[in-house]
Amino acid sequence: MKILGKVVKYGDNINTDYIIPGRYMVLTDPKELAKHAMEGIDPSFIEKSKDAIIVAGKNFGCGSSREQAPISLKYSGTKAVVAKSFARIFYRNAINIGLPVLECEDLLDMVKDGDQLMLDLRNGKIKNLTSNKSTQAQPLPEFILDLIKIGGLLNKLKRTKG
Amino acid sequence: MANIIEKILSRASGKKEVTPGEIIEADIDCAMVNEITGHLTIKYFHEVGAKEVWNKDRIVMVLDHTIPAASVEAAELHKIMREFAREQKIKYFYDVGRGGISHQIMIEKGHVKPGDVVVGADSHTCTYGAIGAFSTGIGSTEMAAVFMTGRLWFKVPKAIEIKVNGNFRKFVTPKDLFLKVAKILGVSGANYRGLEFKGSTIKDMSIAGRMTICNMAIEVGGKAGIVEADEKTLEYLKGRVNGPFFIAKSDQDAEYEKTLELNADDLPPLVSCPDAVDNVKPVSEVEGVELDQVFIGSCTNGRMEDLRLTAEILKGNKVSDKTRLLIIPASQDVFLDALKEGLIEIFLLSGATVANPTCGACYGGHLGVLASGEVCLSTTNRNFIGRMGSTKSKVYLASPATAAVSAIKGRITDPTSFKGD
Ligand code: SF4
Repeated sequence: MKILGKVVKYGDNINTDYIIPGRYMVLTDPKELAKHAMEGIDPSFIEKSKDAIIVAGKNFGCGSSREQAPISLKYSGTKAVVAKSFARIFYRNAINIGLPVLECEDLLDMVKDGDQLMLDLRNGKIKNLTSNKSTQAQPLPEFILDLIKIGGLLNKLKRTKG
Repeated sequence: MANIIEKILSRASGKKEVTPGEIIEADIDCAMVNEITGHLTIKYFHEVGAKEVWNKDRIVMVLDHTIPAASVEAAELHKIMREFAREQKIKYFYDVGRGGISHQIMIEKGHVKPGDVVVGADSHTCTYGAIGAFSTGIGSTEMAAVFMTGRLWFKVPKAIEIKVNGNFRKFVTPKDLFLKVAKILGVSGANYRGLEFKGSTIKDMSIAGRMTICNMAIEVGGKAGIVEADEKTLEYLKGRVNGPFFIAKSDQDAEYEKTLELNADDLPPLVSCPDAVDNVKPVSEVEGVELDQVFIGSCTNGRMEDLRLTAEILKGNKVSDKTRLLIIPASQDVFLDALKEGLIEIFLLSGATVANPTCGACYGGHLGVLASGEVCLSTTNRNFIGRMGSTKSKVYLASPATAAVSAIKGRITDPTSFKGD
């Protein structure tokens, strides 16, 4: 499970109101939500969201339980989020909807906007193809990898609803 | 040697004991959705081909974020919720005019008991720790799984013990206490952790105050906030829930990751400054900041205790010409009690706007959205950039006492210096 994308950098405490402001919570179409991804902090994000790998600091996704946050990122074309740490509910939501998330302490200082990255979800290896430097993220637990592999919790439920 | 949360999770997962870090599957006692998260849950429920919810009496559905509907889009979400509730014969569906803010009615209407495991598709579900339940926020997809199975996996959290002793000074409140905790722990200081509040100050605190501090556990990243159920809890629950309850108490030698010891005696009124909840200062240090709007309400501070405190300060006074004051009771019941006690009249005579129970201004949805450049002092729980409207507005968080005095002055003012007439 390898993911290729280009870096979009943010700092610490990127909260769910930045990722998708509350006033858009009335929207039901994921593609409409995606038009406003990261609008609370970076209205230019949608111009660079295709194949983006967001690289951020501590506590990414803090705040609300709104699943619209990872959904808006996923439908904006974002491939994955790598952060120093994640807020708990966002982390679970991202996995459940099939947006890969990895925790890595030192990636943020190793990349600049636009760098090409390759993530290997299976072992947590991250390679910056632009600078040719590598680092290691925390590998994902087996059951989380399985969830990502089948495309999220919904697909798992479809199989097990029996 | 287990703490309250470990005891509750052991019981719900049918295990003798659980240890922090362990992943368990627990039976869910009650599950709550609002219209913002619930419409997705319903969509997913249908998408996977599920036919019937696991238990129609243990699901609570609430319209609270935008009520009454302020747009066609909001009305459509309400409709999805209403139709699902009818089709599935959900026993507890709180439509417009029937409930209020979800977290208030979950406790007030007796949907939560001490010792329960409760999940809600809203991050402030952690509020119900106030009566000794383990409750936490989850996403819409997981909620679809709960709707189908009544079970969910949890990682047993490490716990942080917060011991508070002493008495608050007049016009210092549980909100100020939590802001102190936020200042110490920081916005991610309790990430994945449970917060257990104890000590004489907590023993003396009303259920409303306990709800305020547990409500904000998520603002430091907490998975849950919790207070051991005691006589005050049982007294509150009379007529709301019938026992038996599972009252979990932490053992003397229960383990905590760390302990914070605080004293309420010398706690000053505090304010959380833009744009982070842990950017906390004494009100006295930011006195004088001019306010365009003051908002008193929300699942954090929209209860009778909060409204009584507000009325005590507003009585016979007028809201400054420089600002506008918006007061929203947390539920229909709170609204009615406030009406009976004459509080609503005091609010209206002071020049405040009183709106129907809803989240409203709290998340920048409707009823009191901020324009660019505006500054608001709010009794809510978040002050992120753009939380209450324009990304160019600013939000300060404080107690209802600080909010009410500041509304009279038109600028941030320390309530402990307030003398009234
Ligand atoms: S009052 Fe505010 S914080 Fe509470 S549930 Fe509503 S939007 Fe969320």
